[in-house]
Amino acid sequence: MSLRAVGLSRTRYGSRARYGREALHAEWTKLRTVASTGWLLLGAAVLTAAVSMAADASATCSPGGCQADTAKLSLTGVQAGQAIVAIIAVLAVSNEYSTGMIRITLTAMPRRLTVLAAKAALITGLVLVAAAVAVLASVLAGRLILPGHGFTAAHGYPPLSLGNGPVLRAACGSVLYLALIALFTLGVATAVRETAVAIGFVLGLLYVFPVVTSVIGNQHWQRHLEQIGPMTAGLDIQATAGLKSLPLTPWEGLGVLALWAAGALVFGALIFRFRDA
Amino acid sequence: MTSITPYHTTAGNPRDGFGQLLHAEWTKFRTVRGWVIGLIIAFLITAGLGVLIAKSAGGSCEAGNGQTQHAVACGQPTYTVGPGGVLVQDQFYFVRQPLAGNGSITVRVTSLIGLSPYTGPGPVPAPQRTSVPWSKAGIIISGSTRPGSAYAAMMATGGNGVRMQWNYTGDTPGLPGAVSAASPRWLRLTRDGDTITGYDSADGAHWTPVGTVTLAGLPSTVQAGLFVTSPRQLMYSATLGSGTMSSSPTEATAVFDHVSRAGRWPVKGHGEVGGAWTGDDIGAGGLQVSPASVGSHQAAGRFTVTGSGDIAPLIAGATNDGPNITVRDFLLGTFAGLIAVAVVATMFMTAEYRRGLIRTTLAASPDRSRVLAAKAIVIGSAAFVAGLAAAAGAALIATHIAQRSGGLFSVFPEPWPTELRIIAGTAALIAMAAVFTLAIATVVRRSATAILIAIVALVIPFVLSAPPGIPSSLVDWLLRITPAAAFALQQPAPQYYQVQANYLASSGYFPLAPWTGFAVLCGWTALALLLAAYLLRRRDA
Repeated sequence: MSLRAVGLSRTRYGSRARYGREALHAEWTKLRTVASTGWLLLGAAVLTAAVSMAADASATCSPGGCQADTAKLSLTGVQAGQAIVAIIAVLAVSNEYSTGMIRITLTAMPRRLTVLAAKAALITGLVLVAAAVAVLASVLAGRLILPGHGFTAAHGYPPLSLGNGPVLRAACGSVLYLALIALFTLGVATAVRETAVAIGFVLGLLYVFPVVTSVIGNQHWQRHLEQIGPMTAGLDIQATAGLKSLPLTPWEGLGVLALWAAGALVFGALIFRFRDA
Repeated sequence: MTSITPYHTTAGNPRDGFGQLLHAEWTKFRTVRGWVIGLIIAFLITAGLGVLIAKSAGGSCEAGNGQTQHAVACGQPTYTVGPGGVLVQDQFYFVRQPLAGNGSITVRVTSLIGLSPYTGPGPVPAPQRTSVPWSKAGIIISGSTRPGSAYAAMMATGGNGVRMQWNYTGDTPGLPGAVSAASPRWLRLTRDGDTITGYDSADGAHWTPVGTVTLAGLPSTVQAGLFVTSPRQLMYSATLGSGTMSSSPTEATAVFDHVSRAGRWPVKGHGEVGGAWTGDDIGAGGLQVSPASVGSHQAAGRFTVTGSGDIAPLIAGATNDGPNITVRDFLLGTFAGLIAVAVVATMFMTAEYRRGLIRTTLAASPDRSRVLAAKAIVIGSAAFVAGLAAAAGAALIATHIAQRSGGLFSVFPEPWPTELRIIAGTAALIAMAAVFTLAIATVVRRSATAILIAIVALVIPFVLSAPPGIPSSLVDWLLRITPAAAFALQQPAPQYYQVQANYLASSGYFPLAPWTGFAVLCGWTALALLLAAYLLRRRDA
């Protein structure tokens, strides 16, 4: 049923763009006024930077020569920070269901897809900001800490710099990676609605691929699993060394994660559109 | 004035009703379809990943690309089995004579030099002198020359002083310090029936007993003499996401003199001890630095012996030389099953708050700690059953696939107590993790926070340990103090101090011993339960 058919003429909302703005404003108010959003964003940034620093500090370059991808090493924290990013996205949806708020939301904004789009846009924006801060801090930490652990220019490791093309791609790609994780999770959470189930499913799916590929003996299967897994493929964007041995090119890898995110969002949107709230 | 008759319930003291409380919690659990499905999913993920890993291990051999970064031992390798069923490596150069009945042998070691292999590119230079910490030179009394025989030995080592070792896994330190002409080492072994005693001395006059061992079923005539061996050097390098293991042989040359013996040794003519010595490359066929170099040379009472190999247990795991698939690898999916169980355990408590059921629950059973205890027992038992079915299923099916693969890959044979510990331990880990998550959910009351804490504490440290390249000091530290330490229950084999190997968490060598790791999780669970009971009593529901 269109808006016109139920008697809501365009005079109430004006144009489609105005409707979208209203939806964005409503979602922003909801996110902004829940204390956990800010704390979780801060937590994601701090955890990412802290784990990256811990990885930097515990890495060593042995005198015989070291084989490390310093950009990837200094961005290790993304693997931990993504857990909190996923939780932010889950809560944005599941909190509405657990409090019954969803019924008010949908009464005020009957266009469900617009509601979901507004949520997705806001979560993406917030995660992009937090991720940019976290990634900058991680790269900076790598630049300061790694030379003290033997990763010096003399050993073939110039200090990390965003002026270096591959490092810049790894850093920007990591920010995009976290945003895509948020979108993927948002789609899943819209479909399953339960907080615990959504978080368990997303984190299980992310972490199962790297763990299983680490033990699988068959190179063929291993490569395929690495290409399919949202985390293993997506993190290819962080590689700055040994690109030829990667199962996918960095941008292809991020593309696989984007496909996962798009698939989850479409699936979530369809269910959201046709299911009773 | 009306008198009010206080109401007395006909039911007994509510404290007697713990059985009913358990029954009530069990009814809540089993009637929520999603929770039962959650446990079934935990079972399916854990067992399914085990089957996937077993299938893919077999498949890699069929494809003929066994030498991957986590090489699968393709073909049916034959392993030497030592006393007690341990898989062993038994390769050394043995200069020997038979000894009938009781007796002893004494030698002085004046030099032990290791030779490292050549591994670099370009033309092959002469091997380099190096120190191989566990190169061994000394005297040995062995049941026979067959690899895998029972033995006891006294030896000088490249970097670990004098040791007495027996039956592959036994090891006791003697005099510290390296061997040289200026500070030689005197070694002695005496045999009395099945009992062998080792002594060491710095001057040949003052002797110190190092150890006494009993070798069950030692034949009356044993082979005794000098031996030298030097283990393969394992190299492991990892970048984030991929690790490569390489190993290369080493050899060692030792000089012995002052060989003296007592007892019924072969005689050379006039009843004087001293028949001809026989040199044997025991367990030959392994790679030496140059195959011609092992052997012995005897002149004027001085023996120069060169050997390569090791007398030691085989170490399992993808980054070592032994069979690299272990039962533990088939249980790798445990962590994913654990997430599903944690989701169920979280909701088992948070659903009470969300639906307001907690008020009914506490009205029916006012003693709140007992409610918590009943919930913990129900979720713990249900998780234990699911975990036991998953672990046993994964281990049995995957081992069956391994056997059906027609020897395409081999699984490290575990002694049955270890296999039982790994399977029952996995169930115990899942059960205790469920109780831990339930306690956390009681404390925080919100699903998101509870599941986050459970996953960060139980799963993330394990996930970080799996792929190669994440600095192992960070991982070891996390696997010591976090509840994830309990994954040590899946440790497939002990770490031997006297065997240099890649003991990595990614192959299942955790920094804590199995039950110590489980105790860490139990400690965290106890703390969380205490806090949960306290808050449940003090807070309004």
